[in-house]
This record gives sequence, C-alpha cells and structure tokens, in this order.
Amino acid sequence: MKKKSLLALAATGLAMSSVLAACGSNDDSKDSGSSEKDGFKVGMVTDTGGVDDKSFNQSAWEGIQKFGKDNDLKEGTGYKYLQSAKQSDYQPNLQQLARAKYDLILGIGFLMAEDIGKVADQFKDKNFALVDMVVDKPNVASIVFKENEGSFLVGVVAGLTTKTDKVGFVGGVNSDLIKKFESGFKAGVMAVNPDAKVEVQYAEDFNAAEKGQAIASGMYGKKVDVIYHAAGGTGQGVFTEAKNRKKNGEDVWVIGVDRDQVEEGMPENVTLTSMVKRVDTAVEQVAKDTKDGNFPAGKVVEFGLKDGGVDIAPSQDNVAKDVLTKVEDYKKQIIDGKITVPATDDEYKEYEASLK
Amino acid sequence: MGFLEVLYIVVPIALAYSAPLIIAALGGIFSERSGVVNIALEGLMVMGAFTGIVSALTLSKMGLGAASPWVAMLVAIVVGAIFSLFLAVPAILFRADQTVLGVAINMLAVGLAIFLVRAFYGKGQTDSIPNRISKENVPFLSDIPVLKMFFANVYYTSYIAIILAFVAWFVVFKTPFGLRLRSVGEHPMAADTMGINVTKMRFIGVMISGGFGGLAGAVYATSISLNFSVTTILGQGFLAIAAMIFGKWNPLGAMAAALFFGFAQAISIIGQQLPLLDQIPQVYLLIAPYVLTILALAGVVGRADAPKAVGVPYIKGKR
Repeated sequence: MKKKSLLALAATGLAMSSVLAACGSNDDSKDSGSSEKDGFKVGMVTDTGGVDDKSFNQSAWEGIQKFGKDNDLKEGTGYKYLQSAKQSDYQPNLQQLARAKYDLILGIGFLMAEDIGKVADQFKDKNFALVDMVVDKPNVASIVFKENEGSFLVGVVAGLTTKTDKVGFVGGVNSDLIKKFESGFKAGVMAVNPDAKVEVQYAEDFNAAEKGQAIASGMYGKKVDVIYHAAGGTGQGVFTEAKNRKKNGEDVWVIGVDRDQVEEGMPENVTLTSMVKRVDTAVEQVAKDTKDGNFPAGKVVEFGLKDGGVDIAPSQDNVAKDVLTKVEDYKKQIIDGKITVPATDDEYKEYEASLK
Repeated sequence: MGFLEVLYIVVPIALAYSAPLIIAALGGIFSERSGVVNIALEGLMVMGAFTGIVSALTLSKMGLGAASPWVAMLVAIVVGAIFSLFLAVPAILFRADQTVLGVAINMLAVGLAIFLVRAFYGKGQTDSIPNRISKENVPFLSDIPVLKMFFANVYYTSYIAIILAFVAWFVVFKTPFGLRLRSVGEHPMAADTMGINVTKMRFIGVMISGGFGGLAGAVYATSISLNFSVTTILGQGFLAIAAMIFGKWNPLGAMAAALFFGFAQAISIIGQQLPLLDQIPQVYLLIAPYVLTILALAGVVGRADAPKAVGVPYIKGKR
C-alpha cells in the first residue's frame, strides 16, 4: 500500500519535471530569437465567416498576402491563415499560431475579442492584433475603423438620391460596432435631406439571408427606396429583394458595405454604391510597423477617411454627378475636422440637435 | 398602415420563408413513414443547395438563361436522392443506428460541399447566380384587392411546395403504394407476411426523402441566398423536422405547420416596422416563433404519434 503510493508520487514527480523541462526548452528557443532565424512570420485567424467571405476576412487576408509578397515571405511558412469553423475554434487557432512563434498574430472580427484577450495573457511575449474592436492588453494592438465617417458619405448619397424621402438601414447585430454605421449613415442623410425619414432595423444575425430579405421586403413595401446594409451574409437577402423589385419595375437601391459590392447587385444593377473598409491597408500597415520594430503594443490604431481606412467605393456609375461633388465636399470637411461624425446614439442626438 | 396593408407585406414573406420548409418536411414524412428516422434532412438540404447553385452557375454559363435555376432544381433532386443512399444503405441493409447516421451525414454534407466548392472555384463560397427564381406578380390575380396578398410579389416555388404537399398527401393516404409505405413503417413483419418487400419499400421511402431534401435546398439557394457558403443552410432542415412532427407525419399537417412557422417568422422579423407591434421590445418578437411553437406543440396539437416501427431496423424472422 505504502509502496504503491510512493511509486505514484514518484511517477507524478517525474511527469511534472518532464513537463517543466518542456517549458524550459520552449523558453530557451524563444530567447534565441527564432524570428531572426526564420524571418518575420505573420499569421491571422479568421472568424466564422471564413477567409473568402467577400468581406473583412478576405480583405485582411489580401492585405497580408500583399505584405508577404512585398517582403518575399512564403505562404505557409512566412504568412498564413487559420480558418475558424465555429466560435470555439478561436482560442485553439490563436494558441497554435502563438506556439508556432509567429511574430504578429491577427484576429479578425470583434467576435474574437474575448478569446484574443485570454490568449494574449497566456503568451505575454507575443504580439497580437485585433481588427474591429478594442482589447486593452499590453501586447495587443487594436485596429479599428471610423466606419461612421464612411457611412456618413453613403448617407449623403442616400439622402440626395431618394425620391420618396425614406431610406432604410439594415444592421446585423445591434452592437457598438454596427451602431457606428447606423449613426454615421443617419447623420449623412440628415445633413443633406432633413425631411428624410430613416427606418432602422437589426436582424440580430449576420448569416440569415431570409431575414435580410424579409426586412428589406417590409421596408421597400413601405416606400423606402434606398437601403444601406451593414449585415454581412444577411445583407445578401437585401440584395435579393432589391433585384426582385427592380425586375418588377420598382426603383430601388442597395448600398453595399465593407467592400465594393457592385457584383452582388448584378444583373439588375441595384448597387448604388458601397462603403468600403480598407481592412487590407490597415492590416498591411500594422504588419509593416511590426516588422520595423514599431508594434503598436497596447494601443488603439484608428483608420478613418484621412488615412484611407474607410471610403466610398470606386463604383459610382449609379450616383448622379452633382451628388458626387457634394460627397467630395463633405469628405473634405470631415478630413479637415469641420464635421465630427457621430458614432453612438448619444452623439447622434447631439449632432441632430446641432443641425437645428 | 391598415390591417390589409400589413397582410400584403407579411403574407408574401411567410410564403417565401415556408416553401423550403414544406418541401423538406414532406421528404421527412416519406422516410419516416417507411420506418427510417431522417435526422439527415439538414445534410440533404445542404447537398441540394450546393448542387442547385453549382448547376445553376454552370448551366447559365452554357447559355440556358432563365431556365437554368429550374433545371438546377431537377439536378438537385437527383443528387439528393443519390446522396440519401448514404442513409439508406447502412440503415436498411446493415441495421446501423439511424440517429447517429443522420448526424454523421449532416456533418459529411457540409464538409463535402465546401470541399467541392474549393475544388471547383478555389474559394470558400460561390459567386451569386446570374439567373434566379424571382418574385412574380401572378397575372390578373395580383390585381384583385385582398386576394392579391397571395398572388403579388411571390415565388412560384411557394405554390409548387403547396401543390406537392397535396400530391404527397394523396400518395401516402390514397394509393396502394402509400398503404404499403405506411405498413412497413408501422408493422414491417405483418407487411412482410403479406408479401411486401420491406427493404425495397424503405429504400424507396428514403430516396424520395432525398429528392425532396435536395429540392428544398435548391429552392432556398436559387430563390433566397443566391450563392452557396457554409452558412447557407443553417438549421432549416431541423425546422423541417419540427414541422413534420408538429404536423403529425401528415403531409397537409406538415404544410400547415411550416406555413405557421413562416408566418410567425415573418411577424417576428418585420414586426418592428408594423404599427402596434413596433411598441413591443424586439427581443420578444425574436423569440415569439419559438415560444408559439412550444405552446402549440404542448397545448393544441396533443400527442405526436410517430410511425410505430420508425428507427427500428427490420430483421426477417425476428419477433
């Protein structure tokens, strides 16, 4: 009996020491600076949208690919992505890259905020960056965008294009992030067309095309003629509904989001324009800074109109000329700081009051 | 906005939402009436949506134009029926556990479809199809007040789904084939004694189910999502199973249940834009369809009677 327990104790001790030894060897290799030997390594973890979501995952990956090519890195060893099929994949994916000694690990999408915070605590000597949300950790850089500024510009377009003085906004999930789109958009509409009414609805889902279609159907049915969506895959349904209506002779438009969504509007050509978020530029910029040893540790890096982080899409054929001049005018005013675009409900209320 | 205007908006949405559910639920009925549990409806819908989009894209490229989504649906029926052999062969010939099989097929379908999309197009989701099923205004009927809520701004696939439900009801309850199908699901040994080939009937039941599942997925993909990605079919198959049980394994009952789901969803989604309902906090509207379903299942419908032999493999000569 006694012998057995002693044996067990010894066994645990042995196991413990081997674990500790493993840790030790890990630390050693870190100190030797693997990054210098193998070259700079940058990795990203997609959210559940996947790397070719035609949205910010894809855009981020394009930024990394460009960075990789410019710096002669090889895909797979110098830069790579890990796909997350479900939310529970975020942590293991981030940890995998951290263990593989990546110099910069990017998490794409605000859904990953909590997980990146936890993993950043586990790997304090690694550099993490999160797109779309602020995480307050000393080794995490937060890459955020002033979506409200870009949304303001498409709001101007919507406000000047609508014939019924009714425009719509379809949001994915009611959250601080999507509120930035909503507030900016409403402010843009109000700036040029104070008589217009903005219908706002959230689908509470980023992946439900049928809900997006239903919401759009309701809005168009109530004589809304321009809808701005910030709803990911749910927005696909908004396009479907607009195409159906246009085919039946109704004069309706959709404003795309995140990237130039002109293709989604084909063949009926319902995309008025899009608010683009240059996740690729931002990611590339942060990767470059990190490589040069200027990792913005614990900082919030914000990309707005001024930095080319957000903008109105280059496809503007459906927008009238005089509207575009107005857009340029407002763009300049925002860049010069003459207009502060609201980003929350409270700021919007203040803004609305200041117009009167 | 008056009551009628509200209906003009809500009814077409409910019809559009229900169509894939009705079709998939009919598939479930054929399989379960023959005695094979079909948890795999979700997977069958995934394969249907995948096949529908891939064939619609290919056929459009070949110049088939507006007919391409309709032909794509036919292809999806065939592929769905073939894919359902993954359920039929192990469940009927090798007596595997049907619930486990169904779950496995659901996972297989998503993985296989995404793998193939990558192989075909080199990316994780397809492009949007250029020719799709559009909402139409039925001539004459869409101009009549009140009635127009059923005929303006609707998908023809919704009518097809409703007609199919009546056809399925006739086949299951009014034909010799239907009687045989039901008998192997209720008491396979008795059926066998009377000279009915149980294995064959069950194979037919499951493959019909596969065809319906494939069609349901294709209808959703070619009319609503317009492209295929990993999240295109997300739970619709399980809702269809719920509709089947709700409708007590009767095609007309399942149709009514699916329409009820559709109506509840439509109200839940656009309730925010409707007078009176916009006073209710959104969270209550969002949970309303599910609460209504629980209430209906628990209170109104009564006991759900499954076919007696469902889920039990038939072994000749065993009592």
